[in-house]
Amino acid sequence: MADPAIAIVGAGPAGIRAAEALARHGLAAVLVDEAPKGGGQIYRQAPDVFRRPYSARYGFEARKARALHEAIARLAGAIDYRSSTLAWNVWDRKLDTLHDGHTGRIGFDVLVIAAGAMDRILPLPGWTLPGVYSLGGAQIALKVQGCAIGRRVAFVGTGPLLYLVAYQYAKAGARVAAVLDTSSAADKRGALSAMGAEPRTLAKGLYYRAWLGAHRIAIEEGATDLAIAGDGGVRELRYRRGGIDKSVDCDAVGLGFGLKPETQLADLAGCAFRFDRDSRQWLPERNADGESSVPNVYLAGDGARIGGADAAELWGERVGLAIAARFGRPRDAVRIAAIDARLARLAKFRAALERAFPIPSQLAALADDTILCRCESIRVGQAKAAIRDFALVEMNRMKAITRIGMGRCQGRMCGLAAAELLAAQCGRDVASVGRLRGQPPVKPIPMPWAGSP
Amino acid sequence: MPEDAARGQMLRLVDRDRPSLAFVLDGAPATACEGDTILTAVLTARRRLAEANAVDGPRAGFCLMGACQECWVAVDGKPLRACGTLVAAGMRVTTDRTRARG
Repeated sequence: MADPAIAIVGAGPAGIRAAEALARHGLAAVLVDEAPKGGGQIYRQAPDVFRRPYSARYGFEARKARALHEAIARLAGAIDYRSSTLAWNVWDRKLDTLHDGHTGRIGFDVLVIAAGAMDRILPLPGWTLPGVYSLGGAQIALKVQGCAIGRRVAFVGTGPLLYLVAYQYAKAGARVAAVLDTSSAADKRGALSAMGAEPRTLAKGLYYRAWLGAHRIAIEEGATDLAIAGDGGVRELRYRRGGIDKSVDCDAVGLGFGLKPETQLADLAGCAFRFDRDSRQWLPERNADGESSVPNVYLAGDGARIGGADAAELWGERVGLAIAARFGRPRDAVRIAAIDARLARLAKFRAALERAFPIPSQLAALADDTILCRCESIRVGQAKAAIRDFALVEMNRMKAITRIGMGRCQGRMCGLAAAELLAAQCGRDVASVGRLRGQPPVKPIPMPWAGSP
Repeated sequence: MPEDAARGQMLRLVDRDRPSLAFVLDGAPATACEGDTILTAVLTARRRLAEANAVDGPRAGFCLMGACQECWVAVDGKPLRACGTLVAAGMRVTTDRTRARG
């Protein structure tokens, strides 16, 4: 059997470990990554001029970050590693790419999509003001640019990242105004014993929280009616808790409600999707080998389903081993069984996290003048009127009528919220209103470059 | 608050002792640190990346990871995302929205 041409999209934990497992079996993949250096977002590397040590930049994860960076440095000389390269389309067993203003095309027999994740964002009043950033963005500003997003930063939303980023900010010397969690203490108590499936990860989460408390940083759980106020910039964050209206003075806000996979390329590759009740999102289907419904298209890491960085590394290796076995290499049954056992534990932990940090159901209550789609500045009231006037019951029809999801981000920011709003307004289940179809290019390609060779 | 308007949105916390470099921001001389993205260079100097227009309010980026597409600027006449592009000496950065559209 001839060796296949293998392309991997994404040099984060999953993509790097997939490439490494394949290389171990003598299979050299083409590894395409949008970033100039490997590591993904979680282990993103700073430009060389930054001197901050691993222990400061990556905290408890410093050892894992270093190991992954060493892995990509070793691989870079052995495989076709294309950094600073955007994969913007998949069709007919080819990837379309853009690098330094030049378009390119990579043919493949086997494709591994390890496109990673971004923050799950829900709109709230004032969320487009300068000074409001996604939680992941706030973390990146510190991790790879040494900056805080403001002089007095409030963190709001839910999920483990909320506490981690607040901790990292305070530890680096930033002023943290408050941590407002939309999930309740009861949500977390209910999931605590199941989170014990990963005692070390749970212990880290509890540590960040305790550290914030010990440093007298206000943590409020069960916050509702969130609104960011200011004139041309952030001035305060308003919320309601225990029946009392409160506010926090701040000039920046980190905002996020968990994570959301980047599934656009899987969609373009033709992979079947299924609605996931736990996370209330459409996710590409995959089997135990990580293979999608399309033969020889594999999915690994948070780009397929949110599992965290440890799971992403394991899924990457798992997919690499599966591909190697398919193409005539000995099947490493012992290692595969060990990975699967660990992934099963991590999946249990992840399900408990979803219960501990549920998405708030505040959308129906958002004021009509709240911006829903930030690309096109479309407001909640305009979306509601269109849903009513055109009797909308499906997302792509809603996109055609309202332009929600048609902007430059292609619905990455507003898509989930728009689906929830549509479902609530037309009185149907959110699974029944469908999902925004992926469209190439998955990210904007500047027209001056589109025709260049 | 006028003194606030003169300050940047972002605050340098760590790794501050990097060599500085000069670039041009909306036609005026500006200073950045080596290793800054364009977004960092602009937002440590002022609070906005793009001013308001008839439809949208002012903006200053959002995701910093190349997903939201809100930080497009023109660099030496070419459209680029400010969050993923390192600033270089002599670069001419234009934040005017109409020029930053590809």
